[in-house]
Amino acid sequence: MLKIHINRCKGCGICVALCPKKVLAVSEVEKVMIVNEKDCIKCGQCEIHCPDFAIFVEK
Amino acid sequence: MKMEEMIDTYFRPGRLPHIWCPGCGNGIVTGCIVKAINKLDLQKDSVAVISGIGCSSRASGYLDFNTVHSAHGRALPVATGVKLADPGLNVIVVTGDGDASAIGGNHLIHAARRNIDMTVVLYNNNIYGMTGGQYSPLTPEHSKATTAPYGNVEKSFDIPTLVKAAGATFVARATTFHAPLLADLIAQGIAHKGFSLIEAITACPISFGRQNKLGGPGDMIKWQRDHGLQLAAYEKLGEEQRAGKFPIGVLYKAEGVKEYTEAYDELIVAAQGGK
Repeated sequence: MLKIHINRCKGCGICVALCPKKVLAVSEVEKVMIVNEKDCIKCGQCEIHCPDFAIFVEK
Repeated sequence: MKMEEMIDTYFRPGRLPHIWCPGCGNGIVTGCIVKAINKLDLQKDSVAVISGIGCSSRASGYLDFNTVHSAHGRALPVATGVKLADPGLNVIVVTGDGDASAIGGNHLIHAARRNIDMTVVLYNNNIYGMTGGQYSPLTPEHSKATTAPYGNVEKSFDIPTLVKAAGATFVARATTFHAPLLADLIAQGIAHKGFSLIEAITACPISFGRQNKLGGPGDMIKWQRDHGLQLAAYEKLGEEQRAGKFPIGVLYKAEGVKEYTEAYDELIVAAQGGK
């Protein structure tokens, strides 16, 4: 499960660039969105590299 | 403790989202500082975070410890005063590349020379971001900046070599891509008794990346992944293969060097006739 604090997200796309399974995307309003959650392997790359503390992986 | 819990514990409530630009790595480095503090299980009151001026130095406003947001380049003298007043504190200095190596360059070498027990986390984003992208002493040669529109003609400092030569006893470097390593190095720096400096390579996509056509935040963090090499791997490379790459990890560590506040306490005892 991915938990997103949408108010903190600035849509920089680091999580999208580093996600190995293409689970995430940046929406038209420049916020992160989950497009393919079933492929998520909970590697935590998004959580580790999010500069805005906006995305967390709940294991 | 999970990362989300750490943010709730160690950040001042209601201060997020922070002021840093989209894709700025400063948030990642600040997150690594709280991970290191959590790893060492330090009490919040036993930590003092001192910062100077600049993008990176805003971090002290977000962190819920004893904090001082001091004058430009003067984080180290303030931190020295704090440490001497209460040597029991874990003093962490948050500073940027310009703050530490230009405006506060003299303070940096002398704090290192004294080997005073504090941990400097130097956020190196290669540019003065807050003031609009002027080149700093850590802007790479030939890179563009608003004050170097045809490329920077100056060579940059190698900060780890500089502070090692000045007398620092723990010197390390990591990038925001290598965030778990960065958190571990900061923890080692805090645990080390003496002057520690950790250079954190962080991306400034707005003021540095855009002028130098380095792509977006994702491209800049991938650049860190591709160019930062563990020291052991870096040392195996030949001179030509090293071009553009840089070593990360613990770059230098010295044990058994007298720490400044200890030496100072001994001096006080001696001056009072050994009483």
